[in-house]
Amino acid sequence: MFMSNPTALASLRGASKSYRTQIALDGIDLELHGGELLALLGPNGAGKTTAIGLLLGLLNADAGEVRLFAESPQSLRARRGAGVMLQNAGIPETLDVSELLELTRSYYAQPRSVADCVALAGLDGLLDRRYGTLSGGQQRRVQFALALCGRPRLLFLDEPTTGLDIEARQGLWKAIRELVEQGCAVLLTTHYLEEAEALADRVVVLNKGRVVAQGSVAEIRAHVAQRRIRCVSTLAPLAIAEWPDVRSATGTDGRVEIIADSAETVVRRLLAEDKDLRDLEVQRAGLAEAFIELTKEAA
Amino acid sequence: MTMIDLQVHHPWRSYVLEAKYEFLRLWRTPSFVLPSLLFPAVFYTMFGVLLGGSRGSSGMASYMLATYGVFGIMGAALFGFGVSIAIERERGFLKFKRALPMPPGALLIAKMVMAMLFAALISLILALIAIMLAGVELSLLQWLLLFAVNVLGVLPFCALGLWIGTLIGGQAAPAVVNLLYLPMAFLSGLWMPLSILPSFIGTLAPIWPSHHLAQIALKVVGRDAGNSVWLHFGVLAVITLACFVLARRRLAVAD
Repeated sequence: MFMSNPTALASLRGASKSYRTQIALDGIDLELHGGELLALLGPNGAGKTTAIGLLLGLLNADAGEVRLFAESPQSLRARRGAGVMLQNAGIPETLDVSELLELTRSYYAQPRSVADCVALAGLDGLLDRRYGTLSGGQQRRVQFALALCGRPRLLFLDEPTTGLDIEARQGLWKAIRELVEQGCAVLLTTHYLEEAEALADRVVVLNKGRVVAQGSVAEIRAHVAQRRIRCVSTLAPLAIAEWPDVRSATGTDGRVEIIADSAETVVRRLLAEDKDLRDLEVQRAGLAEAFIELTKEAA
Repeated sequence: MTMIDLQVHHPWRSYVLEAKYEFLRLWRTPSFVLPSLLFPAVFYTMFGVLLGGSRGSSGMASYMLATYGVFGIMGAALFGFGVSIAIERERGFLKFKRALPMPPGALLIAKMVMAMLFAALISLILALIAIMLAGVELSLLQWLLLFAVNVLGVLPFCALGLWIGTLIGGQAAPAVVNLLYLPMAFLSGLWMPLSILPSFIGTLAPIWPSHHLAQIALKVVGRDAGNSVWLHFGVLAVITLACFVLARRRLAVAD
C-alpha cells in the first residue's frame, strides 16, 4: 500500500474512475503541496474535471487512494480547508451577491471579511446586485469570491477563466497570484495554455486519463526543442515543408509560419533562397506546441 | 490571535441562513410564488365558496377549506422541492453545494423549512377566505390543528418531490409534476367531494397520498370518511420514507 506524503495537501494515488465503459482516469498519481500553483492541462475529456471531482469527494474512485488534507475528501473537516470554483455552479439568480457571500462564509470557521472578499475578487459595487443580473465575467468573479471567502489553504479552480475577455482574465490571474503569495495552494485546470504559462509553478499534462508529462513550465516546454519561425517570403510553404528539420510550414498572403526542430539550419536556407525575405522572427515553441506534441505522442 | 480567531464557529448558523435564503430565493421567483399562493386561494374561492354554494355553517364549507388546504400545500411541496431539485441538479448547483463544506443535510432541511413556510402562508390565506367569504366557524383548537396538518403535511410531498426531482431533468420537471399533481388532487377529492364523483374514483382514492392527508385534515373538521387517523398517518409515513430512500439511491447513482 502507498503511503501518502504527509506534506501533500491533496493527493491521488493510482486513482481510476470510469463512467460506464468510458475510462476517465486510468491510475493517476497527483500531489499538491503548500503554496504551489499546479496547473492540470489537457484537452477536453482528458480527465481534468474528474480528477477535481475525486479530490472534492464529488466522485468516488473505482480504485486507488484519494486524500484531502490527509483525510477522506468526504470529510467536512477536510473540505473546510478548501475553496471551490466549478465550471457550472448553477448559483440561484434571485439572491444578492452579499447574500451568497454571507451564506458561503457561514460554512467556514474563519472566513475572510466581506471587505477582503470584495477587494480580492474585484466585487466593488456588486454586493447589492442580484446574481442573475450580472454579466458573465461578473458572475465568474462572484464565484471566485465564494471560492476564497473561507480563507482556504487550497483552492480548486476548474477552468476559472472560460468565457472571460482578456481584461477580466488578467484581473483574475492577478487575484490568483495574490492568493498564492499569501500561501494558498491552487489546483487549476485549464485548456488555455497561456494561463498555465502565466501562473503555474508546476504543470501536469493529462491525456485520456493518464499523466503524459509533468514538471515546470520550462521543463514541459523543453520536451520539445522546436522553434517557431515566422517571416514574409515569396517561398511556397508547401515546398518549405519538405525541407529537412521542418515539421510543418503554413502560410497565407506571403506570411509563412514554420515549426522546425532546428532554427539555425532552416533560417540559413530561408535567407539563402529568398534574398527579399523580411520580418524574420524566431521563437521557442510555447506550451501550446509542447502540449500538442505530448498529446500526439500519447495518442 | 485576532478577534476572528477567537470566534466560535456555529454550524447552526448555516442551517438558519440556508433556510432563510432558500425561502427568499423562491419568494423572489414570481413563477413559483404566484401559482403557489394564488391557485389554492382562487380555486377555493371559485369552486369551494362561489360555485360550491358552501357558504355558511354547512359542512361543505369546512370540507372545502380542509381539502383546498391540502391541495395548496401539496403544490408548494411538489414544485418548491421537486422541481427546484430537478433544476438545481441539472444546473450543477447540487454538485457545487456538495463540494462546499455545507453542514450535512442543510440544503434538504432548508427546502423542507421553505415548503413549511409556504404551507403556513397558504393555510393562513385560506383561513382568511374561509372566515370572511365562506363564514366557516371552527373552534380555536380546530384552526390550530388544521394549520398543523397543513404545515407538517408538506413532508410526504417533499419526499415525493425529491424523488421525482432525482428522476427527471429540470426542463421536464414542471410538466411531469403537473401531470401528477393535478390529477392526483382531483382523484383524491380535493377539488370536489368524492361523494359527488363516480364511485370508482372514490374506491381508488386510497392509492393517492393526497387522499390520506386530506382525510386527516377532514378529521379535524369532522368531515372525514371515518377510517382511523393512524392508518392515514401510517400510509403517509411509509410513502415519505420510501420516497426518501429511493431519492437517496438515485442521488448516489447519479455519480
